[in-house]
Amino acid sequence: MSRPISSDKTARDLHRLDTDGAEGSGPIVGGRHGKHDALPLMSGIDRYTDDITLPRMLHCKLVRSPHAHAKIIAIDTSGAEALEGVHAVVIGSEMPIPYGVIPWTPDEHALALHKVRFVGDPVAAVAAVSEEVAIEACRRIVVRYEVLEALVTPQAALARADLKIHEDNRHGNITKHVHLEFGDVDAALAAAALVVEGDYQFHGSTHAPIEPHCAIASVDGKGLLTVWSATQVPHYLQRELAKVLELPMRQIRVIQPAVGGAFGGKSEPFALEFCVAKLAFKTGRPVKCLYTREEVFLAHRGRHPFDMHYRTAFAADGKILAIDAKSLLDGGAYSSFGLVTTYYSGQLLGAPYRFPTYRFDSTRVYTNKPACGPKRGHGSVQPRFALEVQLDKASRTLGLDPIELRRRNFIGENSVTINGFHIGSNGFLQCLEAVVQASGWAEKWGKLPRGHGIGVAGSCYISGTNYCIYPTELPQSAVQMCLDRSGRVRVFAGTSEIGQGSTTMLAAIAAQELGVELDDVRVLAADSDLCPVDLGAYSSRITLMAGNACLTAARTLGDKIRDILAQLWGIPAADIRLEHRRAFSLTNPQVWMPIQEAFIITESKLGLLGSTGSYTSPQSAVHGDYRGGTIGASPAYSFTAHIAQVQVDEDTGEVTIEHIWCAHDCGHAINPVLVEGQIEGSVYMGAAEAVMEHHDTLPSGLRTDGRRRDSGPGVDGLLMASSLLDYRMPTSLDVPQLTALIVQAPDPRGPYGAKEAGEGPLHSAIPAIANAVFDAVGVRIDNLPISPEKVLRGLRNQAGRKPC
Amino acid sequence: MTETAPVDSTFLDTTAAEPTRARRLVICRLQVNGEGVAVVAPVHWTLLELLRYQLGLIGSKQGCDKGDCGACTVLLDGKPTLSCITLAVAVQGRCVETVEGLGVGGEPHPLQREFAERGAAQCGFCTPGVLMSAAAYLDELSSSAEPVVRQADIAAALGGNLCRCTGYTKIFEAVHAAATQILQRSKALADTSTDDAS
Repeated sequence: MSRPISSDKTARDLHRLDTDGAEGSGPIVGGRHGKHDALPLMSGIDRYTDDITLPRMLHCKLVRSPHAHAKIIAIDTSGAEALEGVHAVVIGSEMPIPYGVIPWTPDEHALALHKVRFVGDPVAAVAAVSEEVAIEACRRIVVRYEVLEALVTPQAALARADLKIHEDNRHGNITKHVHLEFGDVDAALAAAALVVEGDYQFHGSTHAPIEPHCAIASVDGKGLLTVWSATQVPHYLQRELAKVLELPMRQIRVIQPAVGGAFGGKSEPFALEFCVAKLAFKTGRPVKCLYTREEVFLAHRGRHPFDMHYRTAFAADGKILAIDAKSLLDGGAYSSFGLVTTYYSGQLLGAPYRFPTYRFDSTRVYTNKPACGPKRGHGSVQPRFALEVQLDKASRTLGLDPIELRRRNFIGENSVTINGFHIGSNGFLQCLEAVVQASGWAEKWGKLPRGHGIGVAGSCYISGTNYCIYPTELPQSAVQMCLDRSGRVRVFAGTSEIGQGSTTMLAAIAAQELGVELDDVRVLAADSDLCPVDLGAYSSRITLMAGNACLTAARTLGDKIRDILAQLWGIPAADIRLEHRRAFSLTNPQVWMPIQEAFIITESKLGLLGSTGSYTSPQSAVHGDYRGGTIGASPAYSFTAHIAQVQVDEDTGEVTIEHIWCAHDCGHAINPVLVEGQIEGSVYMGAAEAVMEHHDTLPSGLRTDGRRRDSGPGVDGLLMASSLLDYRMPTSLDVPQLTALIVQAPDPRGPYGAKEAGEGPLHSAIPAIANAVFDAVGVRIDNLPISPEKVLRGLRNQAGRKPC
Repeated sequence: MTETAPVDSTFLDTTAAEPTRARRLVICRLQVNGEGVAVVAPVHWTLLELLRYQLGLIGSKQGCDKGDCGACTVLLDGKPTLSCITLAVAVQGRCVETVEGLGVGGEPHPLQREFAERGAAQCGFCTPGVLMSAAAYLDELSSSAEPVVRQADIAAALGGNLCRCTGYTKIFEAVHAAATQILQRSKALADTSTDDAS
């Protein structure tokens, strides 16, 4: 049974009564609780990576390329080495093994070997007694370059197949091409009542977590390397460190301290982690590297710019007959997750709508810019924008309410997408209904005064993917659990808490199953010496995967306790409940004991109480049976609907987003407070991408002041906005009113039915805003971001005047 | 007037004509969270560096090091101040409050409690700075003649603190709740003292 829960105060209070009941007596899973680890973080007690200082610690700085594309002729480090306070210098040839987070595309080096490929590509690293000395040492490293033509647009990179950014790449500058076709698309297009055709451009954007990347390495007397890093993938970091440093994994310990935001921007190894490790070996002292804010923009791995051409065919009743999509992805200098991004650009579009034929053709190319990668909603935010705007255009032409058009195309629950993905639960219709009701859609759509508009869009996302990014049959998540005689539960998990609440989620499951309170659970996470492997915080996988592993481990222990108490009390184990620090008989309230006593009795009978839980996703009958058919398939899918209301100033072209209502089907809200937080944060981030943010480099041949420059190296590919002032993110004064609505369509594959909530609610925010702008002033902005000048140009075209 | 200490080659003057010249050290005397401190620091250090590296007050964060993000916000004589662009020597003799001084005797401040309960801190990295701006807002609110908690005032008070996780929604709720609580408490106190007076 799905049920929308409003985040406004009245509905929330109703919900609190509904699930919590009296203090300390309601369920923990599903109850409104704070974030488990929040207080120590916000009191300056728990430490982020840069808060850690080790004795005799050295500081590392990197030398970065001033050129977008150049050969390295020679590097002279003698000036740096001669400087007092410098302990070691490292250059690329000392770490020659290439790496890449996707094992099939290892095209990066810790430090550039023979070539630099973007302005800011790291070339050398220094360890010195202070940051100041390290910076001065970097200035004294002389690198001679042979400058090459910079290819800063994907079109230029395609045209110059002769000038390869990566010499050993097989097809010019193409990093990946995917062409998949399902059914006879051309026949469906030919027979359609309506074909909507359009070009769409999605600009680049970056994660901009408030915490910059930071890493510390230390080597003990026996050669054990410990790396503390602000990463969201400690396991992949451990693997890549082993590869590049040529060490066995058992000799590397990776610890992820508290992370100050990531959003996909910390989901692969970066130069700093390799450099501090290498320098720690070279100097025998701990080494720290903290990226400057500019370096965070250079590290990037943000949203790929997409050039898209879409044709969507409709029957007269609004049913989608075909989607034909062509996308060009601007990958930047390295592959990163690009192989996956290229697949995701088409593979994740198969729901929430049913369509009988589908073709997508996606090409990702290298360019001389910071590498793009996975940002919240990896690879599927861009195509979702194009499709949802196409649906809006169709509804206008067909004279259908865009809500109704979406309802008519609903794929349903327990369905299979055109590309073979098996959908379980699906609360999309409830999501649509929830936003329609909350926003007052019926009274507003097409009825607001000119300058005011409302728009809708829908989307779907994955709760983790069925396959690890490297081939393995090992579990994707695992949890070890231990009870102790103080009445406490310890959970050891490789999970990566990056603010999304994975630690709270694990604590809630353990507390719910073992009859303790949230504060009785200690979660020890993301330390490779203490915790079993978890693949990391990406693709919205942790709640479903680690949550299931945790549930298994907790239920194993709960069963042991119930068995022992059943013998003791002479009642069936099924009659025993563990809840809120008590073990008791459900049928006879006189029979009970404190949970701590239950733990002690059970331990005295069985020995130390420990258990494990593992999660491996279903491997059959869940995805398509074709090459690439597994990529993007998930155990369970989340669904989202957005309605945005905007105001457009026709004099300035400025778009003000007044309100966004977002309903998200997360299966089951293990903690509604945190689910709302994920929805609100996602919607904020999507809205920011729609109207404000743009991670862009200087166009070829222009100076920073916009005037044409004389030919010469060192300017092409320079970042336009490499500070938090220039890269415009919404402040508290810019953010629209956000209403988060939780819809729950429990999925049998999720723990308690839970699916993801961290990425899905971003997607359809962007097309909903674009569609609202059209509703307001009749101008289509198919080229993001929706900037005042584009809106003004549209308005002038509309008025029949010459565009400015 | 600044007291100087011996030079230390750990800190180079990288902007000087001869960049290897060592910076001189100075003794900074200031009040931090109600306690007088006297610490030696390089003359060019910012208040943020002094707090984090000399005093171990790691609650104030470095997010941008150029005054854009607000994660380093502290109160300087009660006013929200970006410690990453404030020189340590410039605050000689003044009062600095950091997030470590917000709670009393290990008890969290009402703002911290509301932030924790309402999910207003996700990654928590911007939170210390947000809390200090919010604390200044609460101070101003309680000292105003006719205090009213307004959403627009809260948004304006936090305008210098970037948060990338929450979309600010739960932050607004938490500050609103803490402000309401504090006003109620001071009203109750005022009522009691009026009763006493009568």
